Amino acid sequence: MTTPPPAQPAVIMRDVVKAFAARRILDDFALTIARGEFVALLGRSGSGKTTLLRILAELDTVDEGTVLAPRNRSVVFQEPRLIPSERVWRNVLLGLSRRESTLARAQEALAEVNLADHARAWPHTLSGGEAQRVALARALVHRPDLLLLDEPFAALDALTRLRTQALVHELWHRHRPAVLLVTHDVDEALRLADRVVVLTDGKVGLDLRVDLPRPREGAGSRFDDLRTQLLAELGVARPSSPA
Amino acid sequence: MTVQDSRRAPGELARDLPASDDPAAAERATLAAPLDLTDLSRRRNAPGRRAGLRRARWLLRGLLPVGLVIAWQWSTSSGLVPPTTLASPKSVLEAARDLIADGELQTALRVSAGRALTGLVIGAGIGVAAGLVAGLWKLGEELVDSTLQMLRTVPFIALIPLFVVWFGIGDTPKIVLIAVACVFPVYLNTFAGVRGVDRRLIEVGQVFGLSRTRMITRLVLPNALPSVLVGIRYAMGISLLALVAAEQINASSGLGALVMNASNQIRTDIVIVGVVVYALLGLLVDLVVRLLERLLLPWRPTIVKS
Repeated sequence: MTTPPPAQPAVIMRDVVKAFAARRILDDFALTIARGEFVALLGRSGSGKTTLLRILAELDTVDEGTVLAPRNRSVVFQEPRLIPSERVWRNVLLGLSRRESTLARAQEALAEVNLADHARAWPHTLSGGEAQRVALARALVHRPDLLLLDEPFAALDALTRLRTQALVHELWHRHRPAVLLVTHDVDEALRLADRVVVLTDGKVGLDLRVDLPRPREGAGSRFDDLRTQLLAELGVARPSSPA
Repeated sequence: MTVQDSRRAPGELARDLPASDDPAAAERATLAAPLDLTDLSRRRNAPGRRAGLRRARWLLRGLLPVGLVIAWQWSTSSGLVPPTTLASPKSVLEAARDLIADGELQTALRVSAGRALTGLVIGAGIGVAAGLVAGLWKLGEELVDSTLQMLRTVPFIALIPLFVVWFGIGDTPKIVLIAVACVFPVYLNTFAGVRGVDRRLIEVGQVFGLSRTRMITRLVLPNALPSVLVGIRYAMGISLLALVAAEQINASSGLGALVMNASNQIRTDIVIVGVVVYALLGLLVDLVVRLLERLLLPWRPTIVKS
């Protein structure tokens, strides 16, 4: 179900240049993300995927160019990055004003990630998957217009990863923020995103619309076709059978 | 031909066979060769000796101290060691009983513990404040750090004569000495704790728009607290050391006075009582810090388990 009316942009990046010690990570880079659009960003390691996300999170600056993004943004990092000295529900409310910071609000957000009964737990008692879901609740409690996901599933075991991916998809569907998912997993990108963008040599090397019905099972000839195209762009000539 | 060969002689290893044109046949031959399997289950987890050692652990650990006390009692009661050199355990216990009975020990303990605690609170307070100023502000570091690092190299006991000149021989020089000794460990650990906060957590604070004040109260200070407590624990030990040093120079009251008077009268039994009380104070201090850590750091997994 692709939306036919032209959506308003949530992210506009134009002529962006970012260099680290004379190496141009982003080189006249341009990208637009529409409101509510789920974009996955692929790239070889060291291609600048994370740098791009950090620029949108205002954790890094650009050297040149224009970057426009909504004020209300949230980030989920690869590690949960919870505050160890605060209970789960206080973590979820991080950054909200005192008036908005109520246990009820935290519990509502935690219920969405199926952790309602962990509100009073200490972060160190959570499993990796649970902690990452708390990080997701913390990101969504702000009702962001742009959700930045920096390889949020990479550190999870295979089964937890599938479950968490399904949860992200469900929450995106319910709240419809624009999403930028940085990942190195082609299947993950194809399963979740409306559009898959490959970052190659500081530019958009490939920009594929994933015109597959949801929910996607990760099978079918069209899926395989898209997969082959993406892997070719990433420099994996002959895709091996799915692991 | 090799296929038939390998079937007829399955015990042979593939590499011993003539080179085959057919890789599949070579692979089959390899798989058909028996492996020399070693029995890993033969070595069982023997419960006998280890468990016995564990059960006897307290007995074994107690052997040396009990033996020493017995040797102490025997050498003193047999007249081998005169009581002016070392009092017997029995007379030490009697001395302790007498000192407690007439309230002398309690009074001395109260006076000494008061000195140590006052000095510790002042010193730790200054240490925490200086550590926060230097840790949180670059300007503060420039102003405070180099000076404190320089003063740290002065052995605090060397200051006693100067403090006697400045503050006389009452409680003041002793408390000041203890405070000075306590500043440095607390300062160093507070500074390190504040500076050691995880950059990745700070980024989270930036992403979710925390103000600088909230960043400090919710991310930096709680993160520094374990380190501050390590500093205070260390300072508590040092405060006792400083107490003993200060009280032995000149004291008209307290544990030090008790011990020094006994020493002048060659009453080794009372001297030993004093030493034991100092040791017990050290033990008590350690207990207090553990309790503090448990109360203040409930989120730390290591604290919860210990």
